[in-house]
Amino acid sequence: MVMQIKLDKVSADYQFGPVRTPKVLNEVNLNIPDGSFTAVIGHTGAGKSSLLKVLNGLLMPKEGTVFVGPHSIFPGKDQKSLKEIRKMVGMVFQFPESQLFAETVEKDICFGPINFGVSEEEARIRAKEAIRQVGLEPSLLDRSPFSLSGGQKRRVAIAGILAMAPDILVLDEPGAGLDPDGKEEIMDLLYRLHKEKGLTVLLVTHDMEDVAKFAENVVVMEKGKVVYHGSARELFGDEEKMKSWNLDYPEARKFQILLEKKLGYQLPRPCLTLEELSDVLIEVGLV
Amino acid sequence: MNKLLLGRFFPGNSVIHRLDARGKLLGGISFIFITFLANHLLSLAFLWIFTFFIMKLSEVSFKIYFRGVRPLIWLILFTVTLQILFTAGGTIYFEWGPITISQFGLVNGFYIFSRFVMIILVTTVVTMTTKPLELTDAIYFCLKPLKIFRVPVEQISMMLSIAIRFIPNLFDETQKIMDAQKARGAVFGEGNLFQQMKALVPVFLPLFTNSLNRAEDLADAMEVRGYQPSNPRTSFRQMHWSLRDTLSMLVILMLTGILILLNSISLHFLHIL
Repeated sequence: MVMQIKLDKVSADYQFGPVRTPKVLNEVNLNIPDGSFTAVIGHTGAGKSSLLKVLNGLLMPKEGTVFVGPHSIFPGKDQKSLKEIRKMVGMVFQFPESQLFAETVEKDICFGPINFGVSEEEARIRAKEAIRQVGLEPSLLDRSPFSLSGGQKRRVAIAGILAMAPDILVLDEPGAGLDPDGKEEIMDLLYRLHKEKGLTVLLVTHDMEDVAKFAENVVVMEKGKVVYHGSARELFGDEEKMKSWNLDYPEARKFQILLEKKLGYQLPRPCLTLEELSDVLIEVGLV
Repeated sequence: MNKLLLGRFFPGNSVIHRLDARGKLLGGISFIFITFLANHLLSLAFLWIFTFFIMKLSEVSFKIYFRGVRPLIWLILFTVTLQILFTAGGTIYFEWGPITISQFGLVNGFYIFSRFVMIILVTTVVTMTTKPLELTDAIYFCLKPLKIFRVPVEQISMMLSIAIRFIPNLFDETQKIMDAQKARGAVFGEGNLFQQMKALVPVFLPLFTNSLNRAEDLADAMEVRGYQPSNPRTSFRQMHWSLRDTLSMLVILMLTGILILLNSISLHFLHIL
């Protein structure tokens, strides 16, 4: 099934009792192709998390339509019919370990699949598979999720989403608060899932290294609008735009820009990783 | 969850907003007692006018106030129904065993209903125009005399303000966890009561563990910054009692006087009600 995501002039806001926030999403148009790996970046309050939430109806659009594969979400859509969409769009929240609740890791991972009508046996099989996918020992399945370390909890939470067998994986800062190694492992895991299973991955991140290393596409959000959607290379190469959105560069590119300033001329192409940079430096004969 | 208005602050800069929290707290409490003085049609009508006047002064729309009454309407109707059914006296319209619908019952029911609604409205005015933390300061002030009896008033008020301080966090977190479980296919508010309660386990369990963790962190943070429960404390937020607060107290006194006056007038001139 082609799992394209399309947003057509989607606007949304939050309402707390009588108080309504200004538009957190403001006529957003977006087209995420099937099987892509997209990073969403932007400053706090730019609407990144809201963009993710609107994809599975946790935040209902006030205007416009969200298309997810064969389904669509529009204002006033019946809440019950959202289940189909939520099954397809696996959503990993920020600090997902805070949602763990069951007595055992296995039961927690099975929670999602069983809610979506998978039999208990099948859910168990999926749990075993999911826990391997996130790089944990199946022996952990009988432990209490509260006895695990922070990194392990995070992976169990992600396994709980993977066990739902979603077609699209949506993550809000999956690496936040983890140590560098743990963070890298999570990112590698996501990239592997994307490559091996063809999962469409959409993730919010603040880490430009992750963007440089993994993202095929980048979405830049500012004040509830999508201001850029294109390749990471093009974005990081455009110093003017980068400056106007006040975005950070990956380390290698930061170094390159400083070097170019010192040298007084530009290197042949923008480099996103250290490897690329060293190749270019050799190429132009500086090293 | 967004429906309950009691305990929700509504920012603004009206006369009522600017009053001292202590005065508002005392005024709100006295109002509860004052409503019992409204036991004649005239005094009741006057109290209604007073209530609407206070609501108007707070510059919060009436719609919001009545939304605050709505969640409690069943409780009110229940009490009123009991009052109507079990009070006898005056002309009796209907009788069946111990159940009677009488003139006195109906009148009493109406009074009780009015008192209930007025109390809710006025206390809502207090909570909507006073920052929760100012309210705890006011409670602390009112409890101070209990120190003579060695009641740990300072600790109680610290606990209160911490509890109130974390209500918004708790709401946020509940919302977040509910969202996370919804994304995993959980459905809330459907099925019979038992199913609905069961559906909340995946929300409350993480909520409790997270709260306990946070409480521990907070206790540590307070301790490393030298918090000593037994030491005397000063307050960062200073309360100022000004002329208008004294005036507002006078208004309450006058209200009491007027109600008593109206009651005696009704007694003398209107024998019917």
